[in-house]
Order: sequence, then C-alpha cells, then structure tokens
Amino acid sequence: MSAFVGKYADELIKTAKYIATPSKGILAADESTGTIGKRLSSINVENVESNRQALRELLFTAPGAFEYLSGVILFEETLYQKTSNGKPFVDLLNAGGVVPGIKVDKGTVEIAGTNGETTTQGLDSLGARCAKYYEAGARFAKWRAVLKIGPAGEPSELAVKQNAEGLARYALLCQENGLVPIVEPEILTDGAHDIKTCAAVTERVLAAVYKSLNDHKVLLEGTLLKPNMVTPGSDSPKVGAEVIAEYTVAALRRTVPPAVPGVVFLSGGQSEEEASQNLNAMNKLEVLKPWTLSFSFGRALQQSTLKKWAGKKENVASAQATFLVRCKANSEATLGKYDGAGAGAGDAAASESLHVKGYKY
Amino acid sequence: MASATLLKSSFLPKKAEWGATRQAATPKPVTVSMVVRASAYADELVQTAKTIASPGRGILAMDESNATCGKRLDSIGLENTEANRQAYRTLLVTPPGLGQYISGAILFEETLYQSTVDGKKIVDILVEQGIVPGIKVDKGLVPLVGSNNESWCQGLDGLASREAAYYQQGARFAKWRTVVSIPNGPSELAVKEAAWGLARYAAISQDNGLVPIVEPEILLDGEHGIDRTFEVAQKVWAETFYYMAENNVMFEGILLKPSMVTPGAECKDRATPEQVADYTLKLLHRRIPPAVPGIMFLSGGQSEVEATQNLNAMNQGPNPWHVSFSYARALQNTCLKTWGGRPENVKAAQDALLLRAKANSLAQLGKYTSDGEAAEAQEGMFVKNYSY
Repeated sequence: MSAFVGKYADELIKTAKYIATPSKGILAADESTGTIGKRLSSINVENVESNRQALRELLFTAPGAFEYLSGVILFEETLYQKTSNGKPFVDLLNAGGVVPGIKVDKGTVEIAGTNGETTTQGLDSLGARCAKYYEAGARFAKWRAVLKIGPAGEPSELAVKQNAEGLARYALLCQENGLVPIVEPEILTDGAHDIKTCAAVTERVLAAVYKSLNDHKVLLEGTLLKPNMVTPGSDSPKVGAEVIAEYTVAALRRTVPPAVPGVVFLSGGQSEEEASQNLNAMNKLEVLKPWTLSFSFGRALQQSTLKKWAGKKENVASAQATFLVRCKANSEATLGKYDGAGAGAGDAAASESLHVKGYKY
Repeated sequence: MASATLLKSSFLPKKAEWGATRQAATPKPVTVSMVVRASAYADELVQTAKTIASPGRGILAMDESNATCGKRLDSIGLENTEANRQAYRTLLVTPPGLGQYISGAILFEETLYQSTVDGKKIVDILVEQGIVPGIKVDKGLVPLVGSNNESWCQGLDGLASREAAYYQQGARFAKWRTVVSIPNGPSELAVKEAAWGLARYAAISQDNGLVPIVEPEILLDGEHGIDRTFEVAQKVWAETFYYMAENNVMFEGILLKPSMVTPGAECKDRATPEQVADYTLKLLHRRIPPAVPGIMFLSGGQSEVEATQNLNAMNQGPNPWHVSFSYARALQNTCLKTWGGRPENVKAAQDALLLRAKANSLAQLGKYTSDGEAAEAQEGMFVKNYSY
C-alpha cells in the first residue's frame, strides 16, 4: 500500500483540513500535572484538581473565543473533566466547533552516549490508548519530540533519526485508531547560534521527519505539522518578524509537501505579542504557501490570561476577555491582518518573553 | 536589529510567477533572500530554473546519444553520420517562434559543440530563440551488481570539470537519467542507488552553475497496475528528496523530470487522462516540496497525443509548481517522419514540431483540446525493453 488508508482515512483528512481552517488555530492546554503546577505556582495557586479544572473551564467558556479556535490539545486528566455545571469538556468543545485533541507522549528521556540529547517515550500500548481516547471524544493527538542546537554539531544524526522514527511510529498508530497526529519536532531556541544555523537545522530535521513519515506510510493528508519558527538562538541578537517569516517559510517550502493541510507553529518561549507578529508576517509574505500557517500556542495564548486570573473567581471575566484578545490576534495573524492591537490589552504581560533556559516541558 | 534591507536577492518566487488568484489590493515588492545552501551560482540557478518553468512552456529533449540518434535516423532510412545528425538537430532548433512554447532544449555533447552548415553555433541559435541550452551529463546505464538484473547510472567521475566546461560552452542546465524497473522489483538497492546518484549529480551540477534536471524514470515496461506504479513512485521520490537534502541541494534551483503515474505498458487495465492526472498529482502533492519551481514530465513511450492529453489533465487547476513537459519522442516523432531526410520537407517537418510544441504549451496552461489531431500523433511509441 502506498499510504495507510485504514477505515478512518476520510475522517482523518476531513478533521485535519478543518483544524487547518484559515482564521482558526489550536489552544495547547495539555500541560501535564507537573507543568501546570509550575504555571499555577507562578500565580500562587495550589496545584489541585479543582484549580486545574477551574483554569481550563475559564479558557473553554471564554465568550467568543471558540470562533478563533479549531482545536484544543488536552492532557489526559482534562479529557475526562467537566465544567462546574457538570458538562463534559469534550461536549462543550464539540458544541463550539472545536476539535478535542490529546497529548499522548510520555515525556523525554536522555539518549545515553549523547551530549544531553533526548528521545520521546510513549509508544508502548499507544494504539490501545489512542482507541480509548477516540472513544472519549478525542479526534487528534500530539507528540512532542525535542532537539537542540549545540556546539558539537547537535542535533546529532542519532538524535535526529531517533526522534523522526518515533514521530513516524506515533503518527501511524494514531491514524490506525482514528486520531489525526500532530507531528511536533521542536528545535529549542537555547543557544547563541544565528538564524541561518537554525534554518539549516530545521531543514535537516524536517527532511528526516518527512522521510520517516513516508517510510512508515503515514497518510500526509491526515496529519498536521507543529514546528518551531526559524529564529536566532535565545542568546543571540533578535531579528525582525519579516526576517523570521522569510527564513521559516523558505524552510517549510523546502521540506513540507503540499499534501500536509496545515502547519501550526509552537511558540516555544516567545512572548504572546512576538508570536502573533511572527505568524502575521509569515501570512503576509507574498509567496506560495500550499498549507495553512496557523498556531498551536500554549504559553503564548495563556500567559497574560493566567496573570489576570490569579486564581480568583472575581477575575474570571476579565481574564477571559484577555484570552479573547490573544485568540483574536492570532486568528488575524493567520490571515496576515494583525495590526498589533492586542499588545495593549494584555499589558506588559503580552510582551514578556516566556523563554526559560533548558526548559523542561 | 536586522531589517529587510539586509536581505539580498529573491529565492522565493514572486507572486506573479505562481499564478494563483489571490489578489493583493496593492501588490508590494517581495524582498526576500535565502542564503542557506547557497553556492556561488545560487541566484543564477534560481533564475534559470524559473525561466525554464515559465507558463505555457516546456522542454524539447533532443539529447539522444549518437547510437540512439542512429535508431531515429535509421527509421527514416538515413545513415547515422555526423552530417545527418547535424541536419536533423538544425531542423529541430530553427523553427521560427519555437521559443514561444519551448523554454529549454537538452542537447547531447556533440550538439553542444556543433554548428549548422552555415557555421552558426547551435547553442547561439537556441539562445536567440529564447531557449535555454541544456546538456545530458550522464554516461548511461550499466548492470547493477547484486541487484535483480537492474541498472544503475554512471557519470559521477570527472563530472565537476565536465560541467564547468559545458557551462563555458553555454549550457545552463543538465540532465541525468536513471531508471527503476518495476518487473525487477525494484530492489531496495536499485532505488537507493538511483536516488543517491541523482543527489550527488544534483549537488555537483549546482556547484558548477548548471540547474540539475532530476530524472528517475520508472519504466513503463510491465504488467503492473497503476496502484503499484503509485507505490513505487512514492518510494523513489521520498528517497530522492531525502538524499538531495543530505547533499545540501538547493531545491529552488532544480527541476524534476518524473514519469507520470500510469499502469504498466502490458497491463490489461488502461487509465484515462483524468486517472493519470489524479494519481500523478497525488504523488506530487505527497512528495514534492513547493520550493521546486518546475516538474517537467517525460513521455516515456506514450503517443504524442496521450502525452499532451495527460499533461492537460494535470493542469485543470492551480498547482504549487509549474507542471510541464520535457518530451523527446512525443515532440519529435511526427516531425522526424515528415522530414524523412529530405531538404524539401524541412518546412513541413518544422510545422509539425511547432504543432506539437503548441499543443503541449496549451496543455501546460490546461487549455488543450484534441480536435484536429492526426491519427499518426495518436500512435503509441512504447518499445519493450527500450534502451535509450
């Protein structure tokens, strides 16, 4: 068979296309219990289930936000949670035209013999888990592979191959079980390298990823790509959004076949405003981009919202308004129409860099 | 903070060149640059590739080796002499206005250095016609040891200096044809070798100023159905692009010359142009990054009309790359027969060539209709075990 065309093929293609609708994007709300704990502690909120539920409810009931979202990535706990009125989150999302997704990887571990490079775990029983998540209402999945640019030529061939193969295996298992796989090969920004280095590494990694996907006969029309934008390293001088846009789009044009319906960028530590501006610049570029360029942001959608909420019920409405501003900004950015109006509403928080060196997700 | 003014010339094709219908209210000049994988010739390579991949135009493949040209001449009762080859190639490059439909011509080495009887360089005639001269650089197929009676393509030794000399002589693109055989497998080994050889050739070509045309021909021979061709084609292109990436080939400066996805020549089930287009476009969408400016299909034994109809079917909607032709037999067949080696037939032969060139030009634009096509042009040209 030339590509996997199991019983879910048509549905996968339809779902992937829908998620890639221009003017919409993905809210990545799949922080593991440990990671969400860091977020909550940053606003002095206790990491208990009710607070985790309250934060997600705040986001999912924000008036008007769903217009700008085509999908939300959930952590396993959240997939089975409900609103305070007892409505399952999954039902709430579906009613709002937002596809529920599920993080399925089990985190990274170091590859022995490398200089701190990692591979991602989670393949064991993945098929069965995906089938279960499908039953619970999920229709797409996400798996994050992590690579870094290092002084000794990292990422090594071993790390690239290992992560590409992991992504391919995960992708096929998802498709076998009805979930559109979001393929995420994140190249961290940590380092003092320039944008050209990031471009070269990104192209190298994406070429390897698509080689593996093709070798594993993954149905590209039923996938989405979640790459990093091409930027200078975090310790290097910044460049303008237009420069980032050009290098990023050129890298994608060299590696991503048109069969892939959408590219949903990760924000990886950029500030909310930076992420929107960069996405906007990419969509303004007058060059052929056969895939939608959109967002799958975690921190870059939630940061100022989180701060506004601060765990207090009386702040929910204004936190939701802040969240709406960011959703709308990114929606406009997918159309190349964002004019920076979102910068003010989120106050200083919107421009705050969210980069954490050596960030452990 | 760096700004757009630091960026140099354009690697990303300008909006006007990809013909999509998205209109900007006030179109802005695109100032972009892409310097990853640049060689000294990077800008020129991108420009040449774009020129060849221009709307309504395609490539005339006239790079038959002396032996193969001999077969052509023999078919019209002519002796295989340099004078006859010179006469034939002169006929091919001089039709007035050929450059309207033909953007590039692939030459054999002899022709690159040849002149007409009047002493005019063939290369110069082409350039005057607005046609970019190209050169076949491979050294043919030989048996691949350890495979299932398959072939591999020779030509990497000394390729760099040969290409540098061809560039001096006026060539601006190169072509290397390797083959993959479905009845023989193809074996993993044969596919890997085909892809790796192409990747090495492509990198060396770019380093010496020539746009590489990347041609892994999946031979028509066989009884297999279209699904099997599709499967093999996806594998071949996945390998080829991966190895080209590993060899740091710049995709904005290459052209592809694939075979269309069709059933094998001896398969009982035939396919309509729409089916061929469907499968072939799917292949392209799954394997070809949009950075590649042009995909110039080979005809591989299809009849002149078939080759045109199939191309036309592929251009019924916008594509992310220029989808066009690089035909030899499917452009030359009727022309050759009409000429028959007689000077008094030259005009009629050239008209026949222009007719086919125009038909394929229309097909590239998706506007071809087959009314008025002669029976001759519909005759298949498949030759079993064809050796090029």
